[in-house]
Amino acid sequence: MSGEPPVKFYQTGTFTVGNRLLDASKRTVQASIDRRNALTSGHRACQGCGEALGARYVLDAAMRATGGRLVAVNATGCLEVFSTPYPESAWQVPWLHSLFGNAAAVASGVAAAMRARGSDVRVLAQGGDGGTMDIGFGCLSGMFERNDDVLYVCYDNEAYMNTGVQRSSATPAAARTSTTPALGDAPGNAFGTGKNLPLLAMAHGIPYVATGSVADLHDLEAKVFRAMALHGARYLHVHVPCPLGWGCDPARTIQIARLAVESGLFPLFEAEGGEVVHATPIRRRAKVEEYLRLQTRFAHLFDGSARGGADLARIQAIADRNVARFGLAAAERGEGER
Amino acid sequence: MNKPFAVTLDSASSRANHTGAWRVRRPVYVERLSPCDHACPAGERPQDWLARAEEGDYRAAWEALVRRNPIPAVMGRACYHPCETACNRAKLDAAVSIHAVERFLGDLAIRERWRLPDPGRPTGRRVLVIGGGPSGLSAAYHLALAGHAVTLREAAPALGGMMRYGIPRYRLPREVLDAEIARIVDLGLRVETGARVVDAAGAKVEGGFDACFAAIGAHLANRVEIPAADATRILEATALLHGLEDGGAPPRVGRRVAVYGGGNTAIDVARTVKRLGAEEAWIVYRRTREQMPAHDFEVKEAIAEGIQMRWLSTVQRVEPGHIVVERMEIDGSGKPRPTGQLETLDADTLVLAIGQNVDLSVIESAPGVRVVDRVVEVDGRMMTGYAGLFAGGDMVPCDRTIAVAVGHGAKAARHVDAWLRAATCEAEPEPALAAFESLNPWYYGEADPAVQPTLDALRRRTTFEEVQGGLDEEHALLEARRCLSCGHCFECDNCYGMCPDNAIVKLGPGRGFRIDLDYCKGCGICATECPCGAIAIVDEEA
Repeated sequence: MSGEPPVKFYQTGTFTVGNRLLDASKRTVQASIDRRNALTSGHRACQGCGEALGARYVLDAAMRATGGRLVAVNATGCLEVFSTPYPESAWQVPWLHSLFGNAAAVASGVAAAMRARGSDVRVLAQGGDGGTMDIGFGCLSGMFERNDDVLYVCYDNEAYMNTGVQRSSATPAAARTSTTPALGDAPGNAFGTGKNLPLLAMAHGIPYVATGSVADLHDLEAKVFRAMALHGARYLHVHVPCPLGWGCDPARTIQIARLAVESGLFPLFEAEGGEVVHATPIRRRAKVEEYLRLQTRFAHLFDGSARGGADLARIQAIADRNVARFGLAAAERGEGER
Repeated sequence: MNKPFAVTLDSASSRANHTGAWRVRRPVYVERLSPCDHACPAGERPQDWLARAEEGDYRAAWEALVRRNPIPAVMGRACYHPCETACNRAKLDAAVSIHAVERFLGDLAIRERWRLPDPGRPTGRRVLVIGGGPSGLSAAYHLALAGHAVTLREAAPALGGMMRYGIPRYRLPREVLDAEIARIVDLGLRVETGARVVDAAGAKVEGGFDACFAAIGAHLANRVEIPAADATRILEATALLHGLEDGGAPPRVGRRVAVYGGGNTAIDVARTVKRLGAEEAWIVYRRTREQMPAHDFEVKEAIAEGIQMRWLSTVQRVEPGHIVVERMEIDGSGKPRPTGQLETLDADTLVLAIGQNVDLSVIESAPGVRVVDRVVEVDGRMMTGYAGLFAGGDMVPCDRTIAVAVGHGAKAARHVDAWLRAATCEAEPEPALAAFESLNPWYYGEADPAVQPTLDALRRRTTFEEVQGGLDEEHALLEARRCLSCGHCFECDNCYGMCPDNAIVKLGPGRGFRIDLDYCKGCGICATECPCGAIAIVDEEA
């Protein structure tokens, strides 16, 4: 047979988690039999929880990147509550929780302590969109501005899920939450100005900012590795569907996260020093409707009313703007391998 | 124990919390039947051998292949591959070119002289197989593997049946056919060529055989009365194709030949006479192109070789130097009817290719054998009404293709074996079909099919060299890797990687996965994200 294998294509390319035919270096951390399982079984997250998945993806990759020398600091929120009901813990990583809004400040302190001790242990802070974008935003901005050596990871499920699905500044327009009911002339969350935290992080000029999705594991892990290869303040914003709060089938968590990316509503990109350096092109463009229809929090958009149709068009326009702004339409085909 | 301030309990792992108790449904790993496996009349399992070829283990792939079909190099060329018609990949981009990979494996095996499995331990039973075509060879092979002593009787001077006397060599080179036949014969068959059997039941009794499988091909040409001034100008397609193979001088055809018929034989003959030196060749068919029984790709190949098509035409009479053709039209019920418009076609020879049948005299006389519509009735075991006399291939009601014939041979061999042991052989229950809807096609990368090389046009018109070339290793491997593995886990790790509860245990290469029901909450992500439909969700019992 021919010596050097010339065939680059494999059955599934690098779209799946692993693949027995792929070179081990092209498989994800999650495919390995000895992955860390930083967030292990028995945690109390809901069925199909995107955040539990996202946290394991990020921490397993960060543990691999640092050779296991990592401390995690957690904000209050779903992730903290479902993982650590006293006296049990689902964490298989040194883990610290203080308050809802101070994770970034605590992480800065841990990083300072490590530096003072001459330790090479790295620091990762994590929280939900509420703890990051609303309550902890002041601490986070400070951490950015001081360029503390911390990777801050936000798992964005677009509302305060743990306390009963109240809206946050990450809740998308038109979404129904318990505080933005689908009632009256303008049902669901208002079409506000939005609050794009990755762009806010970039405005601090920090070394690294990226967005990721549980639907694109290869992309997400590559970003964690890139982040851990750098020092200073870094920010990773991960989109994690919430079956309970979004009103969707737990079996479709990945599918819905993928549709958010493929529709352009959740663009995947990386920025260094305040400039976008890479955007992950959309593989098969989807209409926002395909994404929204699978979630009961958007059911009122499909009630046949003129207002529903108009709202749908506005959301499509948001997606189209993202596609144009980040250059996501670069390749609709042939982007087999990253 | 000395605990810090306000701490009263020992720390513990969440693994003490068996969240599997929340579950109302559970995932289970399943094997579903791939559409190719389901569609193959020869009983091949293409998904299985493609999976081995994907790994580059061509020997294992070939061995899996020949467990069911001993002539893959022939089949990869001559089969019309219903597997590819069924292939789920056709809904993504284009079907996996299964036949091309099969041919690659078959050719590689010939080149490397790989051997078929050894015959089984001798049973002392003797079986007569009548007909050395695909069905008879397949039966003889499987019977030999079961340990029976096989005698193969063939009326023609060489084995191969329709593969030799029906399929032109530009589609099936004879060295390929000969190599695959020799490999079967080498298992220890007693082969008698030039030995026409006139009475199957009698031959079985006289020879002291314990069972007999008859598989005679449809060599008998259908006739149609055409008024002709000079009868020598009318030839039969089967006789013409046969005449090319009997070692004598090639049959003499005219310079301008019309072929009457619309099946694959008509196409084969038209392309053959072109190669024999005919300047012009027409195919005259009374219906439209869409209604032609010939396969579309063969019609295209024929047109590319300069064959002219006369659709909606019948031959009215043959006159010296030309034939008279009547135009037809399609009536309201889709049937052709004459229009009375006559045209002449400047043809000096007419070849009839209007269907073939089996000479059933060999079997008709056996007591209990029933013939209906010029084919023999057989039961679910392929046995005729005469005990111990089995029949298959073109003789029994079926599509007359090589794959069907090979499948009949294998099936009959199974039942002959069971009958000889006074046992019954139940068909293995087939799992549910892996329909396209059971797949998650997102995960498959885009990949256009590999294209087989084609002989240049001039050589296609003048020589009997093989028209379609084979794939090289690189492309065969790529093609095998286009397989979606429908219904069969290929260890992509999606379930293992995407479980939010780490409830899937990876067992290592080739060993698959196990679901840890202590922690599985039954969310169903694994089943949704399984590319190949190898996980089902079932309700827990209340």
